[in-house]
Amino acid sequence: MKRRLTLELAAAAGLLLTSAGLAAQTGEPLRVGIITELSGASADSGRQGRQVLELFMKQHGDTVAGRKVEILYRDAPGASPELARRAAQELISREKVDFIGGFGFTPNAIAVAPVVTAAKKPMIIMNTAATSVITTLSPYVMRMSFTLPQVTQPLAEWAAKNGIKTVYTIVTDFGPGTDAEKMFVKTFEAHGGKVIGSVRTPLANPQFGPFLQRARDEKPDAIFAFNPGGDQAVQFVKAYAERGLAKDGIKLLTTGDIVDDAFLNKMGDAALGLISSHHYSTAHDSPENKAFVAAYREAYGAKERTSFYGVGSWDGMSAIYEVARRTNGSFTGEEAMKILCGLKLTSPRGPISFDEHCDIVQNVYIRRVEKRDGELYNVEFATFPAVKDPGKAAK
Amino acid sequence: MLGFLGVLVDGLSYGALLFLLSIGLSVTLGMMGFINLAHTALAMVGGYLAVTLGERAGWSFGWAVAGAVAAATVLGVVLERGLFQLMYRKSELAQVLLTLGVMLMATAGVTYVWGPSLQFVQVPAALTGRADFGPIDFSRYRLMLLALSVVLLVALLVGIERTRFGTMIRASVDNQRVAAALGIPIQKVFMATFAIGTALAALGGALGVEALGLDATFAMKYLVLALLVVVLGGAGSITGTFAAAMLLGVLNIACAYYLPEIGSFAMYALMLVVLLVRPQGMRGLSKEAA
Repeated sequence: MKRRLTLELAAAAGLLLTSAGLAAQTGEPLRVGIITELSGASADSGRQGRQVLELFMKQHGDTVAGRKVEILYRDAPGASPELARRAAQELISREKVDFIGGFGFTPNAIAVAPVVTAAKKPMIIMNTAATSVITTLSPYVMRMSFTLPQVTQPLAEWAAKNGIKTVYTIVTDFGPGTDAEKMFVKTFEAHGGKVIGSVRTPLANPQFGPFLQRARDEKPDAIFAFNPGGDQAVQFVKAYAERGLAKDGIKLLTTGDIVDDAFLNKMGDAALGLISSHHYSTAHDSPENKAFVAAYREAYGAKERTSFYGVGSWDGMSAIYEVARRTNGSFTGEEAMKILCGLKLTSPRGPISFDEHCDIVQNVYIRRVEKRDGELYNVEFATFPAVKDPGKAAK
Repeated sequence: MLGFLGVLVDGLSYGALLFLLSIGLSVTLGMMGFINLAHTALAMVGGYLAVTLGERAGWSFGWAVAGAVAAATVLGVVLERGLFQLMYRKSELAQVLLTLGVMLMATAGVTYVWGPSLQFVQVPAALTGRADFGPIDFSRYRLMLLALSVVLLVALLVGIERTRFGTMIRASVDNQRVAAALGIPIQKVFMATFAIGTALAALGGALGVEALGLDATFAMKYLVLALLVVVLGGAGSITGTFAAAMLLGVLNIACAYYLPEIGSFAMYALMLVVLLVRPQGMRGLSKEAA
């Protein structure tokens, strides 16, 4: 008797839960958990991302497929994988989010990947480069941002084909930095160039002076540099200008992280002429981008800018809305991933699509810093179309 | 050879800033036995004030630095009279906890007012760029720092040896009780010394905005280095602190230049050795007692 009652109760409970599960989808709010930097040194970037997401919802409405969209923000300041992992667990089990997005730092994304895999929830890496392998580790991870090898390879190729014969590399000693260094050296030497020296700077509190001095003493044609951007980038560019390297004819080649659009004006004229490669510039000449930039300025201030960081958030939200529209608001993790990975969108950065690992395939542009209307911009002058991430093949 | 000269100038100018940041800490520790972990926080405040006066109020660099130093010194004295002096007789742990708390509050405070990112000052044209000496050139700003540190060292040494106030300081460092018994106004001497130390720290902070980079983590970052200098040089010794600061500055820069894989390890390894072999620091080597 007792056993039968228990069975019946269990069946009833099961039924209730599944119906609750279904009901949770239709009519229930569509919750997106964003794990980003709300405090700490990178709070400015996190704020950009948040502003972009709010702008998107203002423009496209806060309801899609009959469900109200709710964004829940969780703070993971800087590289804090433990905090990110816990935030993801809480967002999934307590808040029952449908998507996890954000991520301005690689270690945070890596920490959350196993969590979403176990919970079968789609995860969109919107902002940080993260290492190449992450999309191969889980079928629930989609990359909307970029990878270092993806943007470095075209730069190395361009350099080798444009009169630069010797290069000295200075990168930060962590995942994306070493990714960039390896890819640059490999590609540059494959095209006939020579890397005459490589040095790695510490992730925390680097003093760039001595590293640049050493590079200067080796007299390369150019320096290839990578660091996490933001304040470090400004310090690096100032140190480069201060040490007289440009005067010596040593060019500076970087990935777009250093000439981040949002920090570019802070560098002042020291940044003029810097050559970089990236997948997005706020000066990109397309109708989608012009509209995006105009909308951002209208909402947040005439001098306000966002960068590749913001574009990642924008496109991430676009993708989420697309999934909701195509499934009429009701989807499982697997179904969401299938749609996400098959998307072809026109982003403010240019055309984007995804490869078999759900990794982004996009144009990479070579740009030079120029002054227009009293502001500094990364002006694109060469395009490498539809670049797939070469980092996985390299491993 | 030329590369080495460049490293030397860089290292010595870095040492000059370390000296400014740690001399106050050294003297208060040596003289009052008071562990002030909020010392670099005062330097940080000096930096932020220089930024505000220079950028927001539009003062020229020299005046902005002077104003920042003055304001930070006042703040330091208020802090000393109002809060720190209550702790002079308490245990070291209590002092550490209190001053650490003050440092954390200062860090939160500057983040709230100025935000977490890097701050910038407009340095006068005479101090920007490189000074050419034929085959080698040096940063003008760094040369200025070097010159300033030597001037200040001489001024401090002369002050300590030749003035009455300096004699009072030396007496208080040697034996507080006897000095008080002889009629030296210990409390006033403490306050004045603290003020001088804070002024120098604030100067270090204000000049460090350009050379070291100022953000909300400044106090914590340079606290560790200042303590390193004090341990190495010996608390309470001016020449000891100067020598230690220069040594550490050159060591840090030279390692970054010649052995970047080691990173800052060399500095900490040196501190380990000193603590094991000669815990009173280099002080015993210098002739001056203070």
